[in-house]
Amino acid sequence: MSSNKTAVWERAKAFLLKNTMVIALGLVYLFFVIRSEGRMFLPQNINNLIMQNSYVVILAVGMLLCILTGGNIDLSVGATVCLVGAIAGVLMVNLGWNIYLVMIICLLCGVLIGVWQGFWIAYVRIPPFIVTLAGMLLFRGLAQSILGGLTISGFSEDYLAIFNNYVFIPALDSGAIKYSSIIFGVVCCVIYIVATIWGNLNKKRKGYTAEKPASLYAKIVMLCTIVMLLMYKLSLYKGIPYILLWLIGIVAVYTYITAKTTFGRHFYALGGNEKATKLSGINTNRIYFSAYVNVSFLSALAALVVAARFTSANPAAGTNYELDAIGSCFIGGASAYGGIGKVSGVVVGAVLMGVLNLGMNIIGVDSNFQKVVKGLVLLIAVIFDVVSKRRAVKSIA
Amino acid sequence: MSDHILEMRHITKEFPGVKALDDVSLEVRRGEIHALVGENGAGKSTLMNVLSGIYPFGSYTGEIVYDGTVCHFQKIRDSEKSGIVIIHQELALVPYLSIAENMFLGNERGSAMNIDWNETYAKADELLAVVGLQESSHTLIKDIGIGKQQLVEIAKALSKNVKLLILDEPTASLNESDSMKLLNLLKEFKKKGVTSIIISHKLNEIAYVADQITIIRDGAVIETLDMAEQAVDEARIIRGMVGRELTNRFPKRESHVQDEVVLEVEHWSVQHALYSDRTVVDDVSFKLKKGEVVGIAGLMGAGRTEFAMSIFGKSYGNNIRGTLKIHGKEVVLSNEQAAIKHGLAYVTEDRKGNGLILSNPIRVNTTLARLDKVSRRHVIDLDLEHKQAVVMKEKLGVKSPSVEQNVGNLSGGNQQKVLLAKWMFAEPDIMILDEPTRGIDVGAKYEIYCIINDLVAAGKSVVMISSEMPEVLGMCDRIYVMSQGKIVGEMDANSATQERIMSSILSVNKGA
Repeated sequence: MSSNKTAVWERAKAFLLKNTMVIALGLVYLFFVIRSEGRMFLPQNINNLIMQNSYVVILAVGMLLCILTGGNIDLSVGATVCLVGAIAGVLMVNLGWNIYLVMIICLLCGVLIGVWQGFWIAYVRIPPFIVTLAGMLLFRGLAQSILGGLTISGFSEDYLAIFNNYVFIPALDSGAIKYSSIIFGVVCCVIYIVATIWGNLNKKRKGYTAEKPASLYAKIVMLCTIVMLLMYKLSLYKGIPYILLWLIGIVAVYTYITAKTTFGRHFYALGGNEKATKLSGINTNRIYFSAYVNVSFLSALAALVVAARFTSANPAAGTNYELDAIGSCFIGGASAYGGIGKVSGVVVGAVLMGVLNLGMNIIGVDSNFQKVVKGLVLLIAVIFDVVSKRRAVKSIA
Repeated sequence: MSDHILEMRHITKEFPGVKALDDVSLEVRRGEIHALVGENGAGKSTLMNVLSGIYPFGSYTGEIVYDGTVCHFQKIRDSEKSGIVIIHQELALVPYLSIAENMFLGNERGSAMNIDWNETYAKADELLAVVGLQESSHTLIKDIGIGKQQLVEIAKALSKNVKLLILDEPTASLNESDSMKLLNLLKEFKKKGVTSIIISHKLNEIAYVADQITIIRDGAVIETLDMAEQAVDEARIIRGMVGRELTNRFPKRESHVQDEVVLEVEHWSVQHALYSDRTVVDDVSFKLKKGEVVGIAGLMGAGRTEFAMSIFGKSYGNNIRGTLKIHGKEVVLSNEQAAIKHGLAYVTEDRKGNGLILSNPIRVNTTLARLDKVSRRHVIDLDLEHKQAVVMKEKLGVKSPSVEQNVGNLSGGNQQKVLLAKWMFAEPDIMILDEPTRGIDVGAKYEIYCIINDLVAAGKSVVMISSEMPEVLGMCDRIYVMSQGKIVGEMDANSATQERIMSSILSVNKGA
């Protein structure tokens, strides 16, 4: 009887440890809902949560790959956002080029920036901290001189629509409730449930250890509830924002890359043990290089999103974005030493940061004090990571 | 009764799973030079670490009587305060600080808030004169050679009012004239009343300086020889060092050697990765036949690992010269990937540092070198990967509930098996095993020997680098002996003995 009890307790503890940040996110959200007397839970604010934090998710996913290679960070993402935004502004607004052409040019600029930084980091082995610190000054300076210190506004409606509009299907969405959003939620849930159960059956059939049904169903119920709640709230406002679809796409692609491809596996291996990875015949330089090309590419994409959201390119855009991205990664469970971290975790980290921002704004916390809170949260998250890892090592020894 | 400056009584020191020192007693007379000899891993350095407080009082049993009082050293500082100074094989100098700054590091002249640099440099120059080093004390450590650095270490010891100086292989990386200078310096100190303990593999040097020799083997003192009482020659010392019994520690093996030469290396030379003026592998020629286990015996630092890694896609060293033939065809392997493609595998001696990703599960480690085998168009088939990992785990008998277990949680023996599994999964023709049984228990060793025998039975070829001579003798068809970067002997397993290997190693030390 008592051994049974301890087994349950052990399992509960393992569950808590594994999902600490999700639970923390839930608690923080609940806290703000209560403190804001429910305003945090209004459809409009949920919509804002997504709109305001889209760039953080995009940057954090890119940052994750850098951090995976061994705790290396990219300090230049904010400046890159500013520079690419400035280029977009000049080409689109001042010169009136085709918006799709300009978007491609902007993404290529991002790649170019990544090649520049990646080359020094991967092939000349200049510490990433130095290279990206230099990049931070370099790109911000370039951006400001392109803009001449002025803000460019007046992006075309066509361009803004790509990121700022909402899914609108006349037959479904003409009323007060946007049914397309609810339908989308249901479809997502069904796909998720079928895929999970089918995958688990497959595992069982092939004789692998399948997940316990209890925890499996608990997970399904939890996730579907969250998705449906979110979609329901969105349906009461303007429906599904396009940006949400962008985010789902990016997160899906990078989840797949990190979990299922040899390319993704190499990042984890490199961060876990660089020498062993090299001796296994893997080109470690190329992994470093691609991490930095990738983060700059995603920064460029984030720049387009940010320009659309603020409907302008301004010289202060992207300030401190690198910190949001880095913070999301560490809060989301990425190891400060590299080799550990998941895209899903990073998304949770980014949402937690977003909830903190939005919640504190709603209940009217002084903006200076907001920084204090965010700093403490980041520190606590990393302390937790390091300490729990140390304890795990001790229990082995 | 003679006057003992140091008596170590019944020292026993255990590490998890290993008894490094077993009831060791050592007596050192005041003003003598006392030599400690023994194979790698015999426990010499452990004993000295106990003495100097690196392993604090309480982590071992037994007592240390120094200068007539029982000592309880908690840290190196304590032992240094009473005049015991240890100089490690790996010098502990800071390259970008000057000689004088290094000499008084942690022991600064003047006060903590106000270092007296005039006194520092003046005192340093004075001590440099004592050890006969003609360099300004302002010179940076990085700008002087390793021999001079060794002298700086000794001068540093003198600055701490040393009474008992311990040197761990002080001449291992010195040339002949620098070694002589150092040994003569020790004799000088002896006249001034400084006692020295010297650990060395160079028996000719020991015969030259030592008053007493203590032989340690497998964590126990075998004997102490007094040079004044009896004539001690090198053969006598060697017998003491290696004379352990060979029992049934190896599985029965039959030869699977075929005539085809699968790997041939000619005139292979490699420079040190950092100090490119040092030659670590010197004109080595080497052959490996199909189905053969070839051993490379030698002491640590003989250049065996460097040789193996430089063959494996130039993963070590600078300025690599020589030709490499695989299956009779000359190839140039410019990186690890090329080496793997040509059927080579290098199983590192440092499984935690260079071999495994401890934070990842067995599955990931197993497939890392050949992810292409479980993936299609760079997309990993996780089910297939899992299945293959299970197959390898069972083949090698890795004890773990599942392949999802992190490798960091496994015992040393099981980690070693995962490392072997990883490279067997790569399906190489030629496996270079670098110290494949280091730090694992006897049972796991036996299993690994069986795996090696299975490999050659299946037509693979194995190069086994090992510092444990019984292992080389028990497992190999042919043995190369390497010392100071050169092949100094080649012998058939039948005609090889530990004494023959040891004396060919030492012959170079003597001759050079």
